[in-house]
Amino acid sequence: MKASANLVALNTIVRREIMRIMRIWTQTLIPPAITMTLYFVIFGKLIGSRIGEMHGFTYMQYIVPGLVMMSIITNSYGNISSSFFGAKFSRAVEEMLVSPMPNWVILLGYVIGAVVRGVVVGALVLLIALFFTDLNVVHPVITFLSVLLGATVFSLAGFVNAIYAKKFDDIALVPTFVLTPLTYLGGVFYSIDLLGQPWRSISLINPILYMVNAFRFGVLGKADVPIGEAFIVMLVFVAGLSAVALHLLKRGIGLRS
Amino acid sequence: MSPPFIDSAPALVVDNLRKTYGNGVEALKGISLTVQPGDFFALLGPNGAGKSTLIGILSSLVNSTGGDAQVFGISVNKQRGKAMQLIGLVPQEINFNQFEKPFDICVNEAGFYGIPRKIAMERAEKYLKELRLWDKAQDQARMLSGGMKRRLMIARAMMNEPKLLILDEPTAGVDIEIRRSMWQFISGINAAGTTVILTTHYLEEAEQLCRNIAIIDRGTIVENTTMKRLLATMDVETFVFDVANVPGQLPTLAGINLRRIDEHTLEAEMSRSQDLNSLFVVLSSHGITVTSMRNKTNRLEELFVRLVENGRNGTLKEKAA
Repeated sequence: MKASANLVALNTIVRREIMRIMRIWTQTLIPPAITMTLYFVIFGKLIGSRIGEMHGFTYMQYIVPGLVMMSIITNSYGNISSSFFGAKFSRAVEEMLVSPMPNWVILLGYVIGAVVRGVVVGALVLLIALFFTDLNVVHPVITFLSVLLGATVFSLAGFVNAIYAKKFDDIALVPTFVLTPLTYLGGVFYSIDLLGQPWRSISLINPILYMVNAFRFGVLGKADVPIGEAFIVMLVFVAGLSAVALHLLKRGIGLRS
Repeated sequence: MSPPFIDSAPALVVDNLRKTYGNGVEALKGISLTVQPGDFFALLGPNGAGKSTLIGILSSLVNSTGGDAQVFGISVNKQRGKAMQLIGLVPQEINFNQFEKPFDICVNEAGFYGIPRKIAMERAEKYLKELRLWDKAQDQARMLSGGMKRRLMIARAMMNEPKLLILDEPTAGVDIEIRRSMWQFISGINAAGTTVILTTHYLEEAEQLCRNIAIIDRGTIVENTTMKRLLATMDVETFVFDVANVPGQLPTLAGINLRRIDEHTLEAEMSRSQDLNSLFVVLSSHGITVTSMRNKTNRLEELFVRLVENGRNGTLKEKAA
């Protein structure tokens, strides 16, 4: 298809994804906002007030970037895996597969949709956080880029998960047994400087650590890992997962007989 | 813009197409056929014959394991995107998001083909109106009846105004009134120049609509000819006569097997070469008054069963040998 036609196709998928997010807003936008409010109340206010400062910030200020990033990651992942698997399950995905649209447009359309949900939920959580603490974004560009890359990495991962999934249980498996533990151990609630060896070194192989710290650096100006390293890790994951997703689409794994 | 060779090339050329699934099932055993532009082509076969696999390959939902198919001269394998621009598909199973509105389903479909939104919205209105779905355009698709869902899939397939429309059992489970309105719509599309390939289990549908036919069974083409030629090969027909009275003793006629069904119905099985006039003369001379008559069997259905059975017997003989 011509570039202009590809743009129309891309716009169609993105618009449809956003319509879906808005249509079921009670499932897509409200639950993460409620969950994060509880985190702020319990961990930030009640327990956090007894923990004291971390890297020169109140505990509440320290965990806000981590919780915002956690919301972005889980919602981007959840959006794309449930939407694409839902399309597979209902066979509505065939509408796209029989069209002349190239595979990269399908992938990009779904990723943009998932990133939009991640960003909207992240913004909501950040807004709620401002009721509990004061925050000044130190590096706006780094904050923006880390949100974009973090959401993209997990959108791509969710897409791969949806391609392989054969039943709805399969798209819940990875978030439950992989994503949640990695998020909790990815420096959302603590600095890895608090960990002794070998746990500190082990933590460094967790990709979520880099995403959380890139965002924390953008907001607070402090991070457990060098910011350049964090961006390299995210870019490598984006490139690797994009290549895997496009390869799976080309081969038609789980989509074409 | 369409490539210049599109209008001169056959609408579809299937060349030695093969498909063996991962579980070893050989769904297509090297089939070949050609469909000319503007044709209304029937693709018939029993369940599991390979029809849907063939349609799946043509629409790129199934990867072939050998051979190729060309749509208006464009290879489905080598230039998938260009070939798909020319095809509209109405699948056997409902495959749209049931939570979306019919209008959005059609507009989105056009978007996937790169058709600008303004044109897409105009087309959606046009085809939803033509298929009598406009009053349901803003309802959730799951609220539509079975027949409406089938018509929605036809409207959706028309959004890219395809040169080749493939309909895989479009009227399955649809009542006769809606079926006829669908026939009318599809015939109109065909008359306007769109090539149509139809698979159906309603053989009278194929007989009425299609000019050419291929019968596929167990992954091979067992017949590929014109509808007229195929029907001409049939030599025996059965007529049902509604009569005012049936005498105790039926007249006997050479070459005609006349049977009494009940006190007001007779059945006559006869060769197509025999004329009906002589039968009427004999019935009349025996005081039998015919009030109406009809052809009992669907001719195509009879041929279809015979061709498939012959094919299978042949296969069995080959295996036995």
